[in-house]
Amino acid sequence: MTDTTRISAAALADLLAGGEVSSVEATQAHLDRIAAVDGDIHAFLHVSDHALDVAADIDRRRAAGEELGPIAGVPLAIKDVLVTTDMPSTSGSKILEGYMSPYDATVVARARAAGLVPLGKTNMDEFAMGSSTEYSAYGPTRNPWDLDRIPGGSGGGSAAAVAAFEAPLALGSDTGGSIRQPAHVTGTVGLKPTYGGVSRYGAIALASSLDQVGPVSRTVLDSALLHDVIGGFDPHDATSIDREWPSFAAAAREGARGDVLKGLRVGVVRELPDSGFQPGVSASFRASLAAMEAQGAEIVEVSAPHFEYGVAAYYLILPAEASSNLAKFDSVRFGMRVDVPGGTVEDVMAATRDAGFGPEVKRRIILGTYALSAGYYDAYYGSAQKVRTLIQQDFAAAFADVDVIVTPSAPTTAFRIGEKIDDPLQMYLNDLTTIPANLAGVPGISIPSGLAEDDGLPVGIQFLAPAYEDARLYRVGAALEALLVDAWGGPLLDRAPALVAREGGAF
Amino acid sequence: MAKDKLMDFDAALEMFEPVLGFEVHVELNTRTKMFSGAANPAHADHHGAEPNTLVAPVDMGLPGSLPTVNAEAVKYSISLGLALGCSIAPSSRFARKNYFYPDLGKNYQISQYDEPIAFEGSIEVELSDGEVVTVPIERAHMEEDAGKLTHVGGSTGRIQGAEYSLVDYNRAGVPLVEIVTKPIFGAEHRAPEIAKAYVATIRDIVLSLGISEARLERGNLRCDANVSLRPRGQEKLGTRTETKNVNSMRSVERAVRYEIQRQAAILAAGGTITQETRHWHEDTGSTSPGRPKSDADDYRYFPEPDLLPVAPSTELIEQLRAALPEPPAARRRRLKTEWGFTDLEFQDVANGGLLVEVEETIAAGAAPAAARKWWTGEITRLANADGREPGELVTPTDVAALQALVDAGTLTDKLARQVLEGVIAGEGTPQEVVDARGLAVVSDDGALLAAIDDALAAQPDVLEKIRDGKVQAAGAIIGAVMKAMRGQADAARVRELIIERAAQ
Amino acid sequence: MSEITPELVRHLGVLARIQLSDDEVGSLTGQLDAIVDNIAKVSEVATPDVVATSHPIPMQNVFRPDEVGDLLTTAQVLQNAPDAADGRFRVTAILGEEQ
Ligand SMILES: [Mg+2]
Ligand SMILES: [Zn+2]
Repeated sequence: MTDTTRISAAALADLLAGGEVSSVEATQAHLDRIAAVDGDIHAFLHVSDHALDVAADIDRRRAAGEELGPIAGVPLAIKDVLVTTDMPSTSGSKILEGYMSPYDATVVARARAAGLVPLGKTNMDEFAMGSSTEYSAYGPTRNPWDLDRIPGGSGGGSAAAVAAFEAPLALGSDTGGSIRQPAHVTGTVGLKPTYGGVSRYGAIALASSLDQVGPVSRTVLDSALLHDVIGGFDPHDATSIDREWPSFAAAAREGARGDVLKGLRVGVVRELPDSGFQPGVSASFRASLAAMEAQGAEIVEVSAPHFEYGVAAYYLILPAEASSNLAKFDSVRFGMRVDVPGGTVEDVMAATRDAGFGPEVKRRIILGTYALSAGYYDAYYGSAQKVRTLIQQDFAAAFADVDVIVTPSAPTTAFRIGEKIDDPLQMYLNDLTTIPANLAGVPGISIPSGLAEDDGLPVGIQFLAPAYEDARLYRVGAALEALLVDAWGGPLLDRAPALVAREGGAF
Repeated sequence: MAKDKLMDFDAALEMFEPVLGFEVHVELNTRTKMFSGAANPAHADHHGAEPNTLVAPVDMGLPGSLPTVNAEAVKYSISLGLALGCSIAPSSRFARKNYFYPDLGKNYQISQYDEPIAFEGSIEVELSDGEVVTVPIERAHMEEDAGKLTHVGGSTGRIQGAEYSLVDYNRAGVPLVEIVTKPIFGAEHRAPEIAKAYVATIRDIVLSLGISEARLERGNLRCDANVSLRPRGQEKLGTRTETKNVNSMRSVERAVRYEIQRQAAILAAGGTITQETRHWHEDTGSTSPGRPKSDADDYRYFPEPDLLPVAPSTELIEQLRAALPEPPAARRRRLKTEWGFTDLEFQDVANGGLLVEVEETIAAGAAPAAARKWWTGEITRLANADGREPGELVTPTDVAALQALVDAGTLTDKLARQVLEGVIAGEGTPQEVVDARGLAVVSDDGALLAAIDDALAAQPDVLEKIRDGKVQAAGAIIGAVMKAMRGQADAARVRELIIERAAQ
Repeated sequence: MSEITPELVRHLGVLARIQLSDDEVGSLTGQLDAIVDNIAKVSEVATPDVVATSHPIPMQNVFRPDEVGDLLTTAQVLQNAPDAADGRFRVTAILGEEQ
């Protein structure tokens, strides 16, 4: 019988629809896989104790002839930044240990309504602040390609779960690359939608004007299928875009079979020279460009002179908004409370926030408080908002000339756990290529481009499109994916080392 | 609390010029809150809700929750801005005001900062003698209310000395419009009166717009009064204090007077005024120091990233402008004519802040004179005795019903006052009080005649006197009958019946 | 060039309601100084003629109809409360006064 953990969500959905596999069987297989490998990977913070009941219900409904969605019955991992009524939601922080939300995030509610089976909540950097998942208060997640290396961040848990075949699909959130950079280092696919394309309601806010929820998967089509489920207008999120979106799955299918690369104008950013990237990353990137060119794509140099200010602007806007968003964790209504004998509520709040937040969270809150404080606002936050305008103008100028912009998804392959943890500035530079999309609100996708020749670790290639053109990314991404998988003779993840199942599992 | 030294008010005015400023918060009575779908406790349907029963995720800052803007609250705010003579911003924005406090679910208040929805206006405020003062309005902006803290333990129930506090988030997120005046110069000795009249005018405006219950005692309308003094002839403004917690119009007047006298005493003695908030104490009629302004007041305002600009169309603004009720000053002129009151009678009503009450009582069927008499007379007397506002005691509908009972002869004036007390005590509508207390005038002639016969039998000489034409002698019988009827008889009818009897 | 001092960090900790230890103040001062030096470069290009962007996708007038919804039950409101009494959240004594 097919190992349902190794196939794509689309393939699994076909088996489910055809009655060849039940959702209970598929869910059980993934729970078994989690039990076997997650002790090493630590992708999950919580595994649902009723996933099989949910799966059984889907099977029952299917048997009763009910019309189900295209991926009903497929298991789903959920980043812990998204609130869920049936599982704790901690956003990777001690301050929210055991927190139970009275409502579901919109994307979670939509996933449930579409018949997806939530497997559990995935690990992440605390409040999504980080690029390595090392800043989780619950211990790091490990990269399935090399357990000594980081799985990226902040959504390292979701990417690792998918890469380790613990789930075919996962939800992520991307504030500066937290979906795309983990995809890059784990050989998986992740897409940050156009800002406002997917509801933020129920996503524990990091930086409201940058955060976007999106899909994580092993194939472009799988991300598109999940995006079709979670996307679209939500009246609970004022920044949600009220418009009809095309079918992303249809776009991905069209890309995979058609010749969308022919005549496609692909922009390479002059200001992101190869010298800024690990040689293996750069080489993989160039090879992908050559493959596209061979299919008739036109590689065009575009200028984005303000991208170099992106990281600086990002590390002003994000901490500023985060310092305000994270003020709600004060020990009054929910979450941790540290008692201070004889202390006032102010003392209790300050002691709780000292004990409940990790070092990176405190660092960014203090930085954001500084950036917003009287006398500094104009120089810092105000200027950073102007850089956003300039980066948007860069994008507008480039997209006047090209259909998509392409970059390596991140400067290096997965680094070793602990390597950069004491050097925040180095850590921040990881997001160099992913940040501009968040600042400008445009969509971005990362798909595997191969393994770096210098260290044999996965490399991702990022495509960026104008706002609202998420479908274009699925089309182009699926086209390149088809080319590369063909050339590799199978999915990149087939080359990942087999994980050793541990006796008894982790749970 | 050390007692403040006060300078005589007139003496203070001789040395110093008072400069006033006001921040009035108006709670809007929309069905739902400013940024959530939770039912609004400032709406008449939800008064007195149990704690934490009117709460949506965003009101208590639950993780993942997001605010959404109430369309109706925006319209109310624009209407109020227009009624204040303000320009409506073609585009305005919400901003976060960051500070930690347990009543603030998110630990920031969504307000407006440098881009308020309404700015640069003025209103005409009429004083007790009919003089009209123009108060310049700087801005009116939309924001949300905070929750409610109850301090438990300690002796006073106040924040000082409390052991712990309880937080109820029902009020968190109630839509507010904050109206900020520019500095008001030239108020002089009328400063306290202008303060009171300003708040009364704001109340009249929001009531006529129907956008707030506007009950000061319930916090629907809250006034912070800024007072500063500068020596005569000095250009530079003095240091101001901001007196909070003034929750009646009478208190606004008293608080401003108090601050003028207090600051004058300090300045005259060579002291300096501390820029601080001060708290008004209704019981002692004084203010006490609150929190001094400090660098902890760094609210780190920034544009609210979860919300988008509010850019009302010209059509909407003009539509709301066309629907505005007449301005209070014009309204006063019209009502005075309609009601046929003398200057003094009208000022009595207006200065008592009773225009709306009288108007609604007349609308409910009472004659203007009767409506005026009740509100400026008995109801005001009872309210003053209780330290409350007349409008808190009884509704215009009940007053009109009460007067109807008098007009129908069911109640004498004296009985009606007893019924009023019953209504105020919460015993029900006037008719219900009449029924429950058995207070109606005895209009059954049989019962009256029986009482008259008893009284005549007891004082046989009186009957003779009446028959001799000394009709005034009937007074003794009337008195006896009224006593026997425990006052529940119409004295005029009793007199008629006595004369009839005597004629038989 | 940056003006990050231990005193400033301590003050920011007060504003942000985080009880920072002396060790934390020390390490944060150095780290923030380095970070701020690096990110201050935004002002190089943020000239007065550039308008600020606070929302990546320009939209306006997004409103909700004035209809009741999303109410939580009191049990839901209090379900994560560290301490509660009489249907309300309980906190220890408050030092400062309301804003
Ligand atoms: Mg104020
Ligand atoms: Zn205010």
